[in-house]
Amino acid sequence: MLDAKERKRLKDKARQLREKIVEVTYTCGGAHIGGAFSQHEILVALYYKAMTVDPKRPDWEDRDRFILSKGHGGIGHAVILGDLGYFDPKLLMDFNKTGSPFGMHLDRLKVPGVDFSTGSLGHGLALGVGAALGARQVGKAWHTYVVLSDGECAEGSVWEAAMAASNFKVSNLTAIIDRNKFSLDGPTETLMRLEPLDKKFEAFGWKALSIDGHDFDQILDAIEEARAEKERPTVIVASTVKGKGVDFMEDKAAWHYAGLDDAMRDKALACIRAGK
Amino acid sequence: MAKATGLTWTIEDADHMTQAEIYGEVLTQIGLKDKRVVALTADLARSTKIGKFEEKIPERFYNVGIAEANMIAIASGMTEAGLIPVVSTFATFASMRAAEFVRTDLCYQKRPVKIIATHSGTSFGQAGTTHHCTEDLAIMRSFAGMTVIAPADAYETARAVAACIDWPGPVYIRIGRGFEPPMHKSMDFDFEIGKAIRLREGRDLTIIATGVCVLQALEAAERAAQNGVSVRVLDMHTIKPLDEDAVREALLDTRRIITVEDHTVIGGLGDAVADVIARTGKGCAFRKLGYQDCFSMVGYYEDLLHNYGLDADGITDAIAQVLKAEFEQDEDWEDEI
Repeated sequence: MLDAKERKRLKDKARQLREKIVEVTYTCGGAHIGGAFSQHEILVALYYKAMTVDPKRPDWEDRDRFILSKGHGGIGHAVILGDLGYFDPKLLMDFNKTGSPFGMHLDRLKVPGVDFSTGSLGHGLALGVGAALGARQVGKAWHTYVVLSDGECAEGSVWEAAMAASNFKVSNLTAIIDRNKFSLDGPTETLMRLEPLDKKFEAFGWKALSIDGHDFDQILDAIEEARAEKERPTVIVASTVKGKGVDFMEDKAAWHYAGLDDAMRDKALACIRAGK
Repeated sequence: MAKATGLTWTIEDADHMTQAEIYGEVLTQIGLKDKRVVALTADLARSTKIGKFEEKIPERFYNVGIAEANMIAIASGMTEAGLIPVVSTFATFASMRAAEFVRTDLCYQKRPVKIIATHSGTSFGQAGTTHHCTEDLAIMRSFAGMTVIAPADAYETARAVAACIDWPGPVYIRIGRGFEPPMHKSMDFDFEIGKAIRLREGRDLTIIATGVCVLQALEAAERAAQNGVSVRVLDMHTIKPLDEDAVREALLDTRRIITVEDHTVIGGLGDAVADVIARTGKGCAFRKLGYQDCFSMVGYYEDLLHNYGLDADGITDAIAQVLKAEFEQDEDWEDEI
């Protein structure tokens, strides 16, 4: 349970960065804004509270590792990294532009603070299993966090990795699923049914927790519970809202990837500010 | 099918240490000294011989079950801890089932994972097309940042495995099923990634071969010599980066080139060599030996190599044809090459 001051700090940070995501989306002509907003509190909780990282030392070998398996959430990730000082946040204004280090899916060799290049769905959990096994092999205490999309769980490779994580008892790995209930072509439950998602992971030998993915207390409590688990990996199924924080985007698959005109930007910013 | 001519060995002839066994042993020796090295397989520890590593160093061995793509991504993740994973599975699964993971998680991210792909070409002859792999050189050399090696025999495999550990980035080492006869007499020879080995001097024609076909090329060159034809033989063990100087020298010196590979003629050694030749702008009598855009029949490996013209008999026939072939002569050949 967070104290009131800490909760306010995180909520203020989340609001400020949501506004930044709107600005960058407006400037760069389009972004995966719906998913960036659904994953947003999860990433803010990790980077501003839960993870041990040092923006001044992006290659510090004892840092926790973070894998955005839903690589299309890169805009949300990049805005956080810029805010933390991994690079000059002014560079974000070149997002998507020719020659920019920032594309929709972040490249670890171009963007400081990105541990793994992602974008192709279904890779991140296996990368995370490897990172966690590697840490255990060399006796390092760092923890590996993987944020997946829900639609991504239709990839068979997610379940290959889920099986391996459980088999190797990779308890230094935590997966968080941004369960916004939409993939590109529509609602997951009518397109390719995922439920019962937590039970599926449990059947694969994982500890599964279900939370509200926009509630900092619930996110951080779940992460703490995951860190305390020493026998098996933990998955946190975080129920979220696609486009969260902007009323005309919420729960609309059309906002998976979109651009903003002046009126939309103003309306979105007003909506986010009103969410205080 | 009747026993084909051209080869003097069979898959039952395994009383010497096989290609795969030697790599398993060498990798284990490397692992005992270098704690960065971890070994992974996908339920093929015994078939690929990487199981030797498991016997000696079980704490650094991971068997991920039948999940090759998963294995590649896990290996990529392990490099984050400073480890150098060596993964082994059949070539068909490493290069095709897991292709996008190799490309995106290893090459794109510059991860030092070393793949030892066994049962390549048609070396698993009786298993049929699902277990043959005649496309991997083409696929792997198309990935930016990938180094591709096809050693000629067990000794060369051992040298390649040793050399790949500290070679930057991912490496794909392609070997056969493990029963291939030796071409070298020992491990004592000059081996350098990206540097062809000139096994035999020649003036009239050059055979550039890779993998199991190198020994066949030597045999064909020997037969040609008995008929007064002087054939150079290059062991092009590294497909990428290709030893372009060796190709240009062969072009300049002999003007007639045959490539031989246990692989489709599309995109492999032959095309890599052809690309170098084309860029010189010089005329050259040229022939690519390999699978001519087809899947192989089922059968004993030596029979298949014979049937598709990749053994000494087939190469001998190709030499006769290429010696007769005409090509445009350049007056200023030596000035421009």
